[in-house]
Amino acid sequence: MSKGPHIQIRNVTRQFQVNGGSLTALDDVSLDVAEGEFVTIVGASGCGKSTLLRLGAGLDTTYKGAINHAGEPVDGPSLDRGMVFQEPRLFPWLTIERNIALGLENSGLPKGEKKALVEQHLELVGLTGFAKAYPHQLSGGMAQRAGIARGLVNRPNVLFLDEPFGALDAITKTRLQDELQEIWAKERITMVLVTHDVDEAVYLGDRVVIMSPRPGRIREIVPVGLPRPRVRTSAALVQVRNRVLDSLNNTTQPVPQQAARNIGESSPALRPVIAAVG
Amino acid sequence: MVTTTSQAVRFRRGITLPILLLVVWEVSNRTGIVDPRFLPSLEEVVRAAKRELIDNDLLGDLSFSLMRNIAGFLIGGVVGIGFATVLALSRIADRLVMPTFNALKQISLLAWIPLISVWFGFGEQAKIVFVALAAFIPIVLNTYDGMRAAPDDLIEVGRALKFNGRQRALRIYLPSAMPSIATGVHLGLIYSWLATVGAEYFLAVGPGIGGLVIAGRERFDMAMVMVGVIILGLVGFTLNRLAYSLESYLLRWRPKQNA
Repeated sequence: MSKGPHIQIRNVTRQFQVNGGSLTALDDVSLDVAEGEFVTIVGASGCGKSTLLRLGAGLDTTYKGAINHAGEPVDGPSLDRGMVFQEPRLFPWLTIERNIALGLENSGLPKGEKKALVEQHLELVGLTGFAKAYPHQLSGGMAQRAGIARGLVNRPNVLFLDEPFGALDAITKTRLQDELQEIWAKERITMVLVTHDVDEAVYLGDRVVIMSPRPGRIREIVPVGLPRPRVRTSAALVQVRNRVLDSLNNTTQPVPQQAARNIGESSPALRPVIAAVG
Repeated sequence: MVTTTSQAVRFRRGITLPILLLVVWEVSNRTGIVDPRFLPSLEEVVRAAKRELIDNDLLGDLSFSLMRNIAGFLIGGVVGIGFATVLALSRIADRLVMPTFNALKQISLLAWIPLISVWFGFGEQAKIVFVALAAFIPIVLNTYDGMRAAPDDLIEVGRALKFNGRQRALRIYLPSAMPSIATGVHLGLIYSWLATVGAEYFLAVGPGIGGLVIAGRERFDMAMVMVGVIILGLVGFTLNRLAYSLESYLLRWRPKQNA
């Protein structure tokens, strides 16, 4: 692949027309994502992080600025860019296997190859026994796995994930985060994941992009710089997390008695270390 | 509390009222509460049924009616689903046609009969056109509504997967409209049977159950009328059951709902 960033977002502004007025969802945002990198985007609701993701994926093309994917301008959806939504968005009338096969519908591959890919991805997300099940028969976590498999099955070189684990319980979420990380490590796909969960962002990301709301801007980009597999409870990870939380809390109105803020303030001695990491 | 009723119990409960009605019918007849010329005894009805079945061509009449019904229903259904698909997926077609269709559908079906009889005569063609029209309207309305309600979420998935127009129609709009289409087909099946009888009443040329009932009335043979009415009811009931089975087959991907 070409040199330079895999995904290049340059001075992008996106405005929405709301009740006759105009609302700036993204204001002059620039972000480069390297090939094979795992970038996570965090921010309070309304900071435009999902908007940014949709622009990157080509689902929304009414913006000012420039977005390039492997040197080509993004002017619509592409099969090279996979998308995983917050809800699994499975087609309820299709079995899991056929839902995943939807991702290959326009791949132009021969039938046998499609079948093999579907099976392979069912296995990748641990749904082999559920090929013939209908979506309503699956739990939320299993349905989201199927959604991830559909996003991956066409072997896109970048996968955009929009709060993919936001609606799951804590245990399922933890497990799926690990699975996603394994998939990423195995397939070497560039991943861009939007989340409001700081732990998730820090645990998964090579870099964490922190956004601030109204108008949506990138406030800071924090490199995590820790080897994988990471330990969720390790001091180093907690330090990065606190740093992100601190930055995030400065982006919104300070809320009194916020637990996260207290943690950040109670460990000022750690700051220089974090700064060194950053 | 969730109570599960076994099929046998449900069947027994369903059959209670019809049996009760038969008993009331028979009792009122035997005790002379009603004039047997207006409401013949069960025995007489059975005799009339036997006579029509053996001496006359009851089965022929029935199959003629069913053929009309099925032909009209199929034409109305296929054209209806196609028509509604075009309206639902093409904004221009929708704007051009829907207001007119909404006005026309308010016209009573029976009001079409004089027009249809002038345009198509009194023969088979006219009857089938009438039956098709009766099936067409509910099928168009329900298919249209179902397609318009296709979830935006899935349409967006289709965009992300680069679906073309055909894929959108076949993979998203048509299946997501399936519950509504099933409702439309169900209604269409019932309406088309009602229309079959109506067509035979009003365009009475040729064999059919409607013709049998009319003949019975003209001869003041109430037993014969009752035979016709009972058969109409039974066929209607059967069609309804068929529609239910078809519906639950087509919608097997949906979670079970409380009946």
